[in-house]
Amino acid sequence: MASSDKDLSGLHPTNEPSVQKSDDAHGYYVPGDKIVDPVAPTGPIKDRWTQRKFDNRLVNPANRRKLSVIIVGTGLAGGAAAATLGEAGYQVKSFCYQDSPRRAHSIAAQGGINAAKNYKEDGDSIGRLFYDTVKGGDYRSRESNVYRLAEVSANIIDQCVAQGVPFARDYAGLLDNRSFGGVQVSRTFYARGQTGQQLLIGAYQAMERQVAAGTVEQFTRHEMLELIVADGKARGIVARDLVTGEIETHLADAVVLASGGYGNVFFLSTNAMGSNVTATWRAHRKGAYMANPCYTQIHPTCIPVSGDHQSKLTLMSESLRNDGRIWVPKKKEDCDKDPREIPEEDRDYYLERIYPSFGNLVPRDIASRQAKNMCDEGRGVGPKVGDFRRGVYLDFSDAIARLGEDGIREKYDNLFDMYERITGENPYEVPMRIYPAVHYVMGGLWVDYHLQSNIPGLFVAGEANFSDHGANRLGASALMQGLADGYFVLPNTIRDYLADAPFDKLDESHPAVAEARADVEGRVQKLVSINGTRSADSYHKELGNIMWEYCGMERTEEGLRKAIDMIRELKADFWSNLKVLGTADSLNQSLEKAGRVADFIELGELMCIDALNRRESCGGHFRAESQTEDGEALRHDDEFAYVAAWEWGGENGQPVLHKEDLIYTAIEMKQRSYK
Amino acid sequence: MASPTLVKGVRSTRSTIALKLTMALSGLAFIGFVLGHMYGNLKAFSGHDAFNEYAHHLRELGEPLLPYGGFLWVMRVGLIVALVVHVVAAVALWRRAAKARPVSYVAKKNQASSLSSRTMRWGGITILLFLVWHLVNFTIGKVNPQGGETNDPYNLLVDTFDLWWMTAIYLVAMVALAMHLHHGTWSALQTLGLTNTAQSRARAKAVGWIVAVVVAGGFSLVPLFVLFGVITK
Amino acid sequence: MRLTLNIWRQANADVQGAMHRYELDGVSEDMSFLEMLDVLNEQLNAKGEEPIAFDSDCREGICGMCGLMINGMAHGPEVTTTCQLHMRSFNDGDEITIEPWRAEAFPVVKDLCVDRGALDRMIQSGGYISANTGSAPEANSVPAARDKAMRAFNVATCIGCGACVAACPNGSASLFVGAKITHLGELPQGQPERDSRVVGMVAQHDHEGFGGCTNIGECTAACPKEIPMDVISQLNKDLRTALKNGH
Repeated sequence: MASSDKDLSGLHPTNEPSVQKSDDAHGYYVPGDKIVDPVAPTGPIKDRWTQRKFDNRLVNPANRRKLSVIIVGTGLAGGAAAATLGEAGYQVKSFCYQDSPRRAHSIAAQGGINAAKNYKEDGDSIGRLFYDTVKGGDYRSRESNVYRLAEVSANIIDQCVAQGVPFARDYAGLLDNRSFGGVQVSRTFYARGQTGQQLLIGAYQAMERQVAAGTVEQFTRHEMLELIVADGKARGIVARDLVTGEIETHLADAVVLASGGYGNVFFLSTNAMGSNVTATWRAHRKGAYMANPCYTQIHPTCIPVSGDHQSKLTLMSESLRNDGRIWVPKKKEDCDKDPREIPEEDRDYYLERIYPSFGNLVPRDIASRQAKNMCDEGRGVGPKVGDFRRGVYLDFSDAIARLGEDGIREKYDNLFDMYERITGENPYEVPMRIYPAVHYVMGGLWVDYHLQSNIPGLFVAGEANFSDHGANRLGASALMQGLADGYFVLPNTIRDYLADAPFDKLDESHPAVAEARADVEGRVQKLVSINGTRSADSYHKELGNIMWEYCGMERTEEGLRKAIDMIRELKADFWSNLKVLGTADSLNQSLEKAGRVADFIELGELMCIDALNRRESCGGHFRAESQTEDGEALRHDDEFAYVAAWEWGGENGQPVLHKEDLIYTAIEMKQRSYK
Repeated sequence: MASPTLVKGVRSTRSTIALKLTMALSGLAFIGFVLGHMYGNLKAFSGHDAFNEYAHHLRELGEPLLPYGGFLWVMRVGLIVALVVHVVAAVALWRRAAKARPVSYVAKKNQASSLSSRTMRWGGITILLFLVWHLVNFTIGKVNPQGGETNDPYNLLVDTFDLWWMTAIYLVAMVALAMHLHHGTWSALQTLGLTNTAQSRARAKAVGWIVAVVVAGGFSLVPLFVLFGVITK
Repeated sequence: MRLTLNIWRQANADVQGAMHRYELDGVSEDMSFLEMLDVLNEQLNAKGEEPIAFDSDCREGICGMCGLMINGMAHGPEVTTTCQLHMRSFNDGDEITIEPWRAEAFPVVKDLCVDRGALDRMIQSGGYISANTGSAPEANSVPAARDKAMRAFNVATCIGCGACVAACPNGSASLFVGAKITHLGELPQGQPERDSRVVGMVAQHDHEGFGGCTNIGECTAACPKEIPMDVISQLNKDLRTALKNGH
């Protein structure tokens, strides 16, 4: 498949990562071979994608009907890919665990979607969006992939508008933009605070149209529990019908995982209740590399935890920080007072104090980490959860005095309503309480430029892959990446793989298929028959606490080692003391949960190992050992400018670390500063 | 009834909305009719001769193009067709609705619907039963409950409403009619797709109130005034 | 607070179900309604009784997966989704009746979970604009009047939860269909398929066994996104136009 322009011989790297000096994770992993992207493009960065689309082989329309593709997940990436591949004429099977494809959690994205349209004539361009995204990702993403993302961003808007996505418009009836996430241009397209919903409904409708046309077959309330790898190629999945409990095998010529992120490893996150890592983790156990699993984005403006009963966290748009001032009491004894009675001189507006030039508008990771620091110092506010207050004030009283209550209402009405509904407090009168929460993971399955994993025939799209956001994702970029992958990238790359057709005939009697199926059946039976004393939920909560404490906003060598030990103990206890009631042959939500928690536990361990190995601070990953004198994140490009791609080391083995060096030719690496 | 298949060969004419449209149109025909009918009834205030003259005139309307009584027959045929359409469509929709929820709720609260909207079907049956009696009373049977003459419309009317219980029957029917019109008028306008904004929706609801009050109130005046001895033979 | 819960239990679609009574103590008013059920389920699990199945996913009021009939009201007493309903809307000692959505077109899957595939099939029957990937013209080449685009957006906020069907005495899904018809019909891109869309969606609506609309407004009162009744008028108007055009 690799033609001469796809190998690395034409590259002239400007920086060369040297050998890693520190090895904190020594003893936890096995060093593996370096890897390179086998299909990495070369040539001028502007032409790479165009050239690649041309170079990729075609599949004749008559042959497409004979080729089948399984797509797991129906969010922006999976829904868009199903629609597009269905339109192209392939036989698509689409799977989701929810009762309808429209429930996928892309729907919850609020802010908007970036695109380099430059409708505002404010200096935006593909190059600018590319640069912002690489820089925002703290120079830990792949240059060619990000450039392609910026390049197709404009097509996404065209496509969505054609589908009837009701973006905000100005009085001339043209599309409106706003600026978002600290960039200096207005390139974010939006549909009030429900952009994710509108984009997802667009992709969903396009996919349903293909269901009606017979090119897409939809399997709702189905969960993928195993990947089938036959003769070295991904050829299908084993799925459980969540209603009947039946274990089904589905075979195809290629498999696409678009199953989202794994933020729920922290138990509390802004992810949906059902969001899980199972699809990608099962693929990982079958040989697919998991890349940069420790890169987690923690969003600073979420509604805090109110008690042990809490099942999920709710995000509020970051735009609140434009007018709200963040503070905690200077004195610990003031923490349970009514905030309105704490005099101005006893308040610590800590972001304004530490970052005088950016103040409350520092990037997400900094705002989050400082909130944690304040609470760790014992100056958190709000109800105690355990014996710890997790919250800081976001105070609008100055803004209300300046703009009037109506002025604030006009801007933030829906957010204030949401806050009041959840907390029962009126934020026009009492300062809001906020606390950071996990809401996105940049890590995911390793993919090449074609979004293909190291298992031939296994493609990974959207949040489930690792490729475009580096160590930190910019606001309004998740929607862009999901749709870029689903509508424009994957359909153009998967055809190059499918052009190898016809593939070997495969049926259920193939040993690989039978084995995968037997594994799933055995595992399900095991889960319902342990018959211990603890619910899956209780294990999930415990795992979440470990992850949040030791692999959350700030990570230390000592803490990560401790976490790994704790997770290993938890795993042993899980498999001996789990209690799942009900049967395997019916709708059993406890069983579904147990399977997901089992995979989260294994993922959690790998995340800690990855975090332990990466002795630098970059993006969403902050290692206490790697900070400047002022306590800011310190990257080590000389040692860590690589993608950490982990290979499953077996049930009791150690993961194998493969490094893919990150080489920048179009951009120069710089250290961030927001002082 | 539910089946996980896509329906083939779709036609707008076979839809529930087409049924509803026929209900709306036939309903509007009835509204026109009752408004005219009510207007005629009010002639009773002008006395014996004027009322009977009006009744006679209805039979001559349209002559010589139509034969004597032709207009009334056209009206009657039209009304019968409207009635059949209205009732058949209502029964079909009622049956659909019953099938659409085979297991009812243990607890169900109504949050927004008006009493009149929820009683359309029973109200319709009430009106239908009343209609039978009304036709027996004044048109087909010409039954004079006081045993008096039946070929003088005005006198038949006065004899009828002079009895308190006859007036009571009519008033009950008018309450049923008012409620049916209150929801039915707005519902017809909504079904015809004329209420696409909040304002037009509010207006349509107001029209529902006005039609209900005007028609039922107008019809009720004559029986009440007969009962209280204002209108006499 | 202490609550008495009457909850519908049904093992699967093929067997009869019944109401069951549970006592639950120690409910905090900061809990969401579904977190209250989570707590009940943990207690049931500890006692060896199978937990109650109910659907939810995003738990922030946007995915539309949750939906319970609470004391006879779809999504309970507030204008929001079940997941955003909080226990401060209830009082100590309350008795709460919890049932699944009831409709012929929404068969019960288990306990409080129902199958809303009918909503997907109505979308399949025309609830889209046929724009193949890559075929789209430049986005600003077709302006869309702002007020129409606003109306399209306002009704496109439908989350497909099915509360309108659950609340309707006729078991009609007219609000759901009307919202989609209005969303796509208000945009210039939605015009070419306008007639076939409404005819297809309404035919599928009827085929699924939903009832006809009698314009009484229970749907819009139950709708967590406050989709107004005028979408049903729009639906009727569009169907009438299609009828006139011979579709």
